[in-house]
Amino acid sequence: MDSPEQSLIHPWKDEIFQIFKTGGVSQVAYVPDAGHAQVINQVWAEKDMHAIPVTTEEEGVASVCGAWLGGQRAVLLMQSSGVGNCVNMFSIINNCRFPFLTLVTMRGEWAEFNQWQTPMGRATEDAFKIMGINVLRADQPEKVGEVVSAGFDAAFEGGDAVAILLSQSLIGRKKWGVK
Amino acid sequence: MSTTSSASYGEIDRRIFVKQLIDVCSDALIVTGLGSPSYDVFAAGDRDRNFYLWGAMGGAAAMALGLAIAQPNKPVLVITGDGEQLMGLGSLASIGAQKIKNLTIVVLDNGHYAETGMQKSHTSFGTDLVGVALSCGLDWALKVKEMTAISTIANHVNAKNGAGLANVFIKAEDYPKALPPRDGVYIKNRFRSALGYEPF
Repeated sequence: MDSPEQSLIHPWKDEIFQIFKTGGVSQVAYVPDAGHAQVINQVWAEKDMHAIPVTTEEEGVASVCGAWLGGQRAVLLMQSSGVGNCVNMFSIINNCRFPFLTLVTMRGEWAEFNQWQTPMGRATEDAFKIMGINVLRADQPEKVGEVVSAGFDAAFEGGDAVAILLSQSLIGRKKWGVK
Repeated sequence: MSTTSSASYGEIDRRIFVKQLIDVCSDALIVTGLGSPSYDVFAAGDRDRNFYLWGAMGGAAAMALGLAIAQPNKPVLVITGDGEQLMGLGSLASIGAQKIKNLTIVVLDNGHYAETGMQKSHTSFGTDLVGVALSCGLDWALKVKEMTAISTIANHVNAKNGAGLANVFIKAEDYPKALPPRDGVYIKNRFRSALGYEPF
């Protein structure tokens, strides 16, 4: 069965926000994606968090490292297409061993209408791995909270660099409205 | 054939400028762009509150944005070059969007990529970084051609009354390298320790 349309409210998105909130995240950098929209809206509404829209994902890599340098926890939200933009900037994480957590909504892997999303979607996991970033994946709605929580603790308690891929099947088909 | 000509660009001596600026911004948390600006800042005197980038080109201002939000009561100063800032032009838009009060970007602009053999950069070909910064919503931006502007820049830095950019026109000259530590873990932990944060 197909997943619901991607802009719908999903309970697992609330779980992600709650993990950020109880984990003391102060900054959330993002390039928007429909799959992250619910969390982004919650971050903007939360007085103890700064929402930081960045023009390209690599800025977000640098800004979340800067946040940690200044004593705050920060998370980066992006879509799989943005991961390729980050590759050289991941050098900061590797060289300085910054704790790092990014949540990536996947495109190009599930009923994808726009094949321009597919090459980077297919390469997303490897792009993280070649730069030394640990990759976790959540495929099922009921597992998202557990996976995000595990990645969160590995990053901010253990100091690891972690990317969590949120499968396109979780987010659902994009409605193109083709007549 | 040489494309360098100090007469055709700025007249400010980068080493003297950076030293004098840091001397009057003693509280600043400093992030440096890779290459010559890192050498200039180190040559001015190593400080625990300096974070030297040796790579991550285009990331200095964005890194400083995260730092400035995390440390709103301290002035944050980026010292970078024209080439590095050109690679991160979008970060000026991200900074403008945040409306923060404690971030200053000093671009040491010689119109050239000094580290790689003095090829001309886009500022030599007409990009106006002051115009870009103002268009991105920064509170102030200055073209700096005289050393006397140091006090104006320092007043902005220390007052923490906006986000701004100083485009400093320096001589297109290569100086002897002064090499800061390249161990990123060390400079990260040293910087955080100076702010009272412990390593894992």
